[in-house]
Amino acid sequence: MPNALTGTLIRERRLALGLRQADLAQAAGISASYLNLIEHNRRRTGAEVLGRLAQALGVESTSLSEGAGGALLDDLRAAVAAAQVASAELDRIDDFASRFPGWAAVLAATQQRAAHLERVVATLNDRLAHDPHLSASLHEVLSSVSSVRSTAAILAESEDIDPDWRARFHHNLHEDSERLAAGAEALVAYLDGSDNADLQGTIAPQDEVEAWLSRRGWQVTELESPGGRERLLGEVADLASAAARDLGAAFVAQAQAEAMALPLAALETALGVYGDDPAMVAQAVGVSVLTAMRRMALRPGSRAGLVICDASGTFLFRKPVDGFSLPRFGAACPLWPLFAALARPMTPIVQIVETAGRAPMLFRAMALCEARLPAGFAGSDLREAGMLLLPVDLSPGGATVTPVGSSCRICPRTACPARREPSIVSDAV
Amino acid sequence: MARVLLVEDEPNISEAIRFILSRDGCDVTVRSDGAGVVDLVRSDRPDLVILDLMLPGVSGLEVLSGIRADPAMADLPVMMLTAKGNGRDREAAERAGVSRFMTKPFSNDEMRAAVRDLVQAR
Repeated sequence: MPNALTGTLIRERRLALGLRQADLAQAAGISASYLNLIEHNRRRTGAEVLGRLAQALGVESTSLSEGAGGALLDDLRAAVAAAQVASAELDRIDDFASRFPGWAAVLAATQQRAAHLERVVATLNDRLAHDPHLSASLHEVLSSVSSVRSTAAILAESEDIDPDWRARFHHNLHEDSERLAAGAEALVAYLDGSDNADLQGTIAPQDEVEAWLSRRGWQVTELESPGGRERLLGEVADLASAAARDLGAAFVAQAQAEAMALPLAALETALGVYGDDPAMVAQAVGVSVLTAMRRMALRPGSRAGLVICDASGTFLFRKPVDGFSLPRFGAACPLWPLFAALARPMTPIVQIVETAGRAPMLFRAMALCEARLPAGFAGSDLREAGMLLLPVDLSPGGATVTPVGSSCRICPRTACPARREPSIVSDAV
Repeated sequence: MARVLLVEDEPNISEAIRFILSRDGCDVTVRSDGAGVVDLVRSDRPDLVILDLMLPGVSGLEVLSGIRADPAMADLPVMMLTAKGNGRDREAAERAGVSRFMTKPFSNDEMRAAVRDLVQAR
C-alpha cells in the first residue's frame, strides 16, 4: 500500500520535471484538484492511479510508494519501540510524517544515531570484557601479586624457616617483582594505547590517521615533490572509516599548505640560525607558530613530539615522543604547559617537564595558543594550542623542573595537587 | 594427614601454597596443567583438589566437569582459584559444581582456613 509520503514524492518528481499540476493530472487522467490533494498527502492513491502517475513521471510506481518514506516510517516505528512509549499514536504515524516531514526526519535521525551509539557501546563493552591483551595483562599482574603476597607472608610470619626454603622464596619474590613490574607496565601501556595504534573496529578516526602517520614514520616529505599530494591521498583513501579518510584528507591539505609556506630547505636554514625555537622560526619565515611547530615535528629525523588541542582541551593532533605518554582516552594532565597556554593566547610558555613513572624523562615543552576569528568580529574566536616536546638530557642551567603525568588514571604521582581521580598504578610501578 | 592435589601453572604460587599446606600437615601433590588430572584424581582419591581456572591445555573448568561427571567423585571437595574474579567465571564454576571459589590474590590464612573447612566437612 502506498504510504503517506507518496504524495510528497510525486510532487517532488513533478517539480523536478518542470510539469504543472494540470499537465500531470491530465496525463494521469485525474483532475488537477484531486492531484493537489494527493500531492499534499490528503488522499491515498490506488494502485491504478499511482501506476498512471508513475508512467507520466517516467518512474516505476514502486519508487513512489517505497522510497525514503518507507525507511522514514520504519525509523519512526523503531523510535517508538525503543522509547517504549505506549501513548505514541502509531495509527497516525502516516499523518505525522506527512504533516511534519522535517520533525519526522529529525526524530528518525535521532533514532538512527541512538541505534548507532548503542552498537558502539555494545562493541566497546564486549571489547573490554573480552580483550585478550587486557585480560592477559591483568592475569599476569594478579598472578604475580598473588605469589608475592603468599611468599612475603611466609617469610614475614615464619621465624624458623629452613635457610634453603628462605633463599628459594627470596628468589621467587625477586622473580615475581620483576614480572609484576613488567605486567604493570604492559597494562599501563595498553591503557595509554601507545602500542595499540593498529586496533581496528573501535578505533577512533583520529587514532586511524595517527596510526597511518606512525607507519610512515611521521614523514610527509613527498608533499614537496610533484605527485606527492596524490600519493598521500591514495594512502588516506585506504583508511578504514569514512571519518578517518576525511580527517586524513584535511591533514594532507593542511600539511601541503604548510610545506609550501615553509619548505624543508627554509626550515633547515631557520633551525640552523635560530635553533629549536618555533617562534623564531615562524617569525623568520613569516608563518604562524603552530605551523612552525608542525613542520618541526614532521621534519625527517625529528625527535620532537607534538600535541595540539582546541579550546576544550580535546586533542586534534598527537605525535608521540618516546618517554612522554600521550593519553588515548580521557583528559590529559592539567599541569601540561599546553593547558596553561590555552588560557593565555599568544603568550609563549616554555618549561622543563619531568614525566612520571619508573624511568622519568625530561623534556623542553614549548606551548603557545593561537586564536582565529573565522566569522570575524561577529563570531566566536576559535583557539588552538600546540605543545612541542623536545627531549633533553639534563635540566639545563638549574631551570625549574615541573613534574607532569599522562592522565590521572595511569599517573603514579599520588600526592599531585591536580589529581582528579585515583590512579590505578602506584609509585612502586 | 589430608591429601591435597594442587593444579596450578604458576610455579611460585604453587610453591607457596605447597609450603603453607605442608606446614599444616597436608600431603600436597602438585600438577602444572590439567591434562590427565581427572584420571589422577580417580586413581589417587585425594581429600581435596585445588584447581586453577586458567590452566594451559585443559582448563580448570574442564577438569572440574570431568570430576563431577564421575558419580564416585561427585562429593569430592574442589576449590577453584582464579586471577579473574568476575561474576561469569564464578557462575560457570558454580554451575560445574565447585565447592569453593577463591580469587587471587588471597591471603595465606584464607587459604589455610578454606582447606581446613573443606577437608573437615568430608
